[in-house]
Amino acid sequence: MEIINQSTSGTLESSDIQIILGPNKQGIDIDIRSSVQKQFGEHIDMLIRKILSDKMIEHAKVLVVDNGALDCTIRARMETAIYRSIEGNQRVEWGVIK
Amino acid sequence: MTNLRRTMMFVPGNHPAMIRDASIYASDSIMFDLEDAVSPFEKDSARLLVYHALKMVDYGEKELIVRINSLNSGFGFDDIEAMIAADVDVIRLPKTETAKDIKDVEEVIESYERKLGREVGSTKMMAAIESAKGTLNALEIAESSKRLIGIALGAEDYVTNMKTRRYPNGNELLFARSMIIHAARSVGIMAFDTIYTDLDNEEGFKAEVELIHQLGFDGKSIINPRQIKIVNEIYRPTKKEINHALDVINAIEEANEKKSGVIALNGKMIDKPIVERAKYVLSLANHS
Repeated sequence: MEIINQSTSGTLESSDIQIILGPNKQGIDIDIRSSVQKQFGEHIDMLIRKILSDKMIEHAKVLVVDNGALDCTIRARMETAIYRSIEGNQRVEWGVIK
Repeated sequence: MTNLRRTMMFVPGNHPAMIRDASIYASDSIMFDLEDAVSPFEKDSARLLVYHALKMVDYGEKELIVRINSLNSGFGFDDIEAMIAADVDVIRLPKTETAKDIKDVEEVIESYERKLGREVGSTKMMAAIESAKGTLNALEIAESSKRLIGIALGAEDYVTNMKTRRYPNGNELLFARSMIIHAARSVGIMAFDTIYTDLDNEEGFKAEVELIHQLGFDGKSIINPRQIKIVNEIYRPTKKEINHALDVINAIEEANEKKSGVIALNGKMIDKPIVERAKYVLSLANHS
């Protein structure tokens, strides 16, 4: 998949995470601002890279503002941003996503 | 999972904190809402959030229900596919007006069960009746599918359709409630009452729960965990009811041991409805 447009998902509310996803010239750049940065910053970074990798996305810029989101919320918000950023009207493959 | 559905707690489908916390409250069912609680611009986001929550969060023995958008909204097909992929227990249809509404959704459910490798027929359904037409067709709706676990009144849309509003005494809902409970009982499925939105009026809520309990409803849709305890207290059987139920079950077991065909308790014959009622009372008592 290729990130074409910038998109936003999620909110700044407690237990949520806001993702701003956009195209990048080279590689994956992730900027994380989290209320639980010290304990979970690395985990959030790894999870976001895994989600991008699962979608075979090699170039993306990701700005993350986390307010203590669970992994399921991070996954949901990242995937929402991805589907909003890719070209065309590609549908989620529900039987395939983890 | 129990067969009790005293409280069905609405959880907005795009609210991560409420979706997470829903696991800790004592409602019998959780109903994740992808319909009215979610803006049209966030349907994709809510669908993914509920999908991943269902896959990851441990909700224990609670029955998990999702209220989908209608098929003609442009969101309903994706909602159904996502929720079947997430292994939801029950899909709730909004604004059901005819048996065809149920059959159309059932057809879509079945096609996705086959596509995703889920046992055909394993996804249950429930229908919300929210209009005059739906109320008048309550029986045909209740009879329309073996997947239906129950039908529910959705009063906010109903009163708008009836050109009235919610009143404290609930008289404006008497006909719809009576139709729904009769339709459900005649088919042998459950009946659920509508939400009560005035969270600061505890006495009004209690009075409404007492009314629907008296009418025979199996439970109520709720919008706040504070309402759970009140519903459960009203649905909790009295000691006298529990003791009588235990006596009925003991009498049945004793008669079965003796291979006796006629069963009596205190001079009164015990037949099937009394046994069913006794089992229901004990089930309520066990979960109170």
